[in-house]
Amino acid sequence: MSPALASVAAPVPAEHHARLTGVTRVFGARKGTGVHALGPVDLDLNRGEFFSVVGPSGCGKSTLLDVLAGLSSPTAGTAEFEGKPINGVPAGVGVVFQEDASFPWLSVEDNVAFGLRRSGVDAAEVARRVDYAIGFMGLKDFSKAYPAQLSGGMRQRVCIARTLVMQPRLILLDEPFGALDQQTRLLMGDELLRLWRETGATVLLITHALDEAAMLSDRVGVMSARPGLFIDVLETGWPRDRDSRIVSHPRFGELTAHLWDKLRAESLKHLRGS
Amino acid sequence: MASAPATPAPAAVAVPTASPATLLRLVVIVAAVGALEIACRVGWVPMTIVLPPSVMAESLWQLLLSGSHTRDIVVSFSNVAAAASLAVVLGFLIGAILHTLPPVRGAVEPLLASYYAVPTFMFYPVFIILFGVGSGAIIAIAVLLAIVAMITATLNGIDRIPLVLGKTARMMRMGPIERALKISLPAALPYLFTGVKLSVAYAFIGVIASEFILSGAGIGHAIAYAYNNFDNRTMYGLMLLIVLAVTVINAVLDTIDRRLQARLRR
Amino acid sequence: MRHILGPLLVILAGFLGWEVLHFVVANSSLPSPFETIVQMGVLLRDPDFWKQASQTGYAFGIAVVLSTLGGIALGILLGMGRLAGQVAEPILVNLYSLPKVTLYPVVLLIFGLGISARIAFGIMHGLIPLTLFTMNAILQLKPVYRRSAAVMGLTSWQTAFTVILPAILPQVITGARLGVSLCLLGVLIGEMFAARNGLGYMVTHAMERGDMPTVLAVAVMIAAVALAANGLLLALDRSRQP
Repeated sequence: MSPALASVAAPVPAEHHARLTGVTRVFGARKGTGVHALGPVDLDLNRGEFFSVVGPSGCGKSTLLDVLAGLSSPTAGTAEFEGKPINGVPAGVGVVFQEDASFPWLSVEDNVAFGLRRSGVDAAEVARRVDYAIGFMGLKDFSKAYPAQLSGGMRQRVCIARTLVMQPRLILLDEPFGALDQQTRLLMGDELLRLWRETGATVLLITHALDEAAMLSDRVGVMSARPGLFIDVLETGWPRDRDSRIVSHPRFGELTAHLWDKLRAESLKHLRGS
Repeated sequence: MASAPATPAPAAVAVPTASPATLLRLVVIVAAVGALEIACRVGWVPMTIVLPPSVMAESLWQLLLSGSHTRDIVVSFSNVAAAASLAVVLGFLIGAILHTLPPVRGAVEPLLASYYAVPTFMFYPVFIILFGVGSGAIIAIAVLLAIVAMITATLNGIDRIPLVLGKTARMMRMGPIERALKISLPAALPYLFTGVKLSVAYAFIGVIASEFILSGAGIGHAIAYAYNNFDNRTMYGLMLLIVLAVTVINAVLDTIDRRLQARLRR
Repeated sequence: MRHILGPLLVILAGFLGWEVLHFVVANSSLPSPFETIVQMGVLLRDPDFWKQASQTGYAFGIAVVLSTLGGIALGILLGMGRLAGQVAEPILVNLYSLPKVTLYPVVLLIFGLGISARIAFGIMHGLIPLTLFTMNAILQLKPVYRRSAAVMGLTSWQTAFTVILPAILPQVITGARLGVSLCLLGVLIGEMFAARNGLGYMVTHAMERGDMPTVLAVAVMIAAVALAANGLLLALDRSRQP
């Protein structure tokens, strides 16, 4: 393919879908010797954009995600989703974790249907949506299988399908492909792009893989070593209709190099055990 | 989808039913029984010491038909069932409560690790004082033997629930009860079942051994009685019954156990 | 020190519960902890107690040595032959969960009423766990160990003594811990049924006479010794783990 990569990103309506203002997170603050893990961080996620966060290990990337998911509340600052402050897990937000979160006691089908069934959607609708999500993630032949019979990549597809089926408007992914091999990761990246395009959801991806961030995102936020702060936000300028083949485009190399340039010093700090 | 393997996964993480090892195991057992039969018949092993397996089977068949020991059999098995159920239920509850109280758990756990070093059985007389000779004392000592296996298995099972499943439950905005029933319990089940399996085995050992040492009924008592009266036929018939019962119960529990374990991740 | 305090408190709570039970049980046929401790003192000064204890200790000692050596040897043998291990494992597991007391009359018929029957019964209890643990340790040994040994050019004897044995040692010690406990249980049950000496006999005999302080004193002392021995092996076990 030879898309007009030179063109600037598809015009994104600058509507704030989720917003962090001065978010700080200190662990164990009550004892006074807390670990300052994150912030203060400001972040505006535009509706429908694909935003990635890269940063050295332990920089608070996952903490940032937890705050947006409502799994932990900021020590200082505010977090809001669709104009309302985040207080507990907000409706319309789905998360895919790095660890395999499929339920080993349920078949693929039942895993995907789990959330819908308990939210009281009628059986026919459940079947329709589960069928769609399973088909979308390429799990058709495995719908009766159990997670233990699947590879790591397939199990992560199950988790993505389980999130997808709830039709979230904001999808948070916490290093979802971290445990997979490189080829599988590239292909899963394609799946993710397809999912993003078809659902129109806003996506926030936490990753440690610079190439993944450079290939998938509209914007990439680069975080510093702990306490994590955004030291750069990079616009990739890719068209909305893209896939893993853009790795052969010269700008892919430039973007990755730029990210590494920003991150190298920060990663060294982590390596030397700051 | 490009990365999806063409062939669907195998129908189940199947328990191999007729592997060479299984077949060979059958051959070994049959050969051992056959050898004992021949050794007894030829006279290498005196009949006063060991009876040929065929005679044991015949004796068991007769005493089942005549109903001479039906009461003992019923008493023993209902005691095992009662002790195992009590141990599983109480053990699970104690384990679950201990898990929520880390300081208490920290104090109790080293003792649990050493528990099976203590010959608990020596305390059987104490239970006889408390409950009198009979099912009460026997069930109590059997529960005491079996319960710690269940407590340990429960603690282990809850510990092993992946953290990410807890996060998932929170993302699904589950309440504590729904979370316990729909996430924690099924996630811990394979480990809990290991506890159930051990509890049944220990309950069996506790019941039969107590009946053997001091009791007025039960298979253990009947075996000891037959031994004291030089009634080898009855003794070996009942021994065969125990061996068969334990083997069958073990096989059933083991099959379920394997199915559950197969669900766990590799 | 702190990790000892918790268990000690639990044991203390156990004694308190016992004291309460002593008051609740009708006409207190259940001796109090204090009476039991007094009886311990009496027993410890009684030469007959030491005679019985040495009988038990003798049978237990021989049973432990034989079942340890036998269990490790059998485990290595079965573990080296992969098929043999697969064939034997379920049989051993089944034997392990069998109430072995059922088979005690057979042991008595073969070995007679003397001490050898109790030794044999102790071995029956202690042998299987050690065999199982040793066998599984070898079956689950990481192949990379053997390959590394081969790359370093070790002979098979060197491999066995410098690589395989140290690698399986932690599991062998765990098995030994279980085996030793069960050996003791086997010897004691053997003494409780059809014997004229040993601590197990002392307990049943005291029970028949209604001498509950002796029953409890002996049982508690055995429990304490067993706990201490197990604690020692457990410490050894942990010191070998990183």
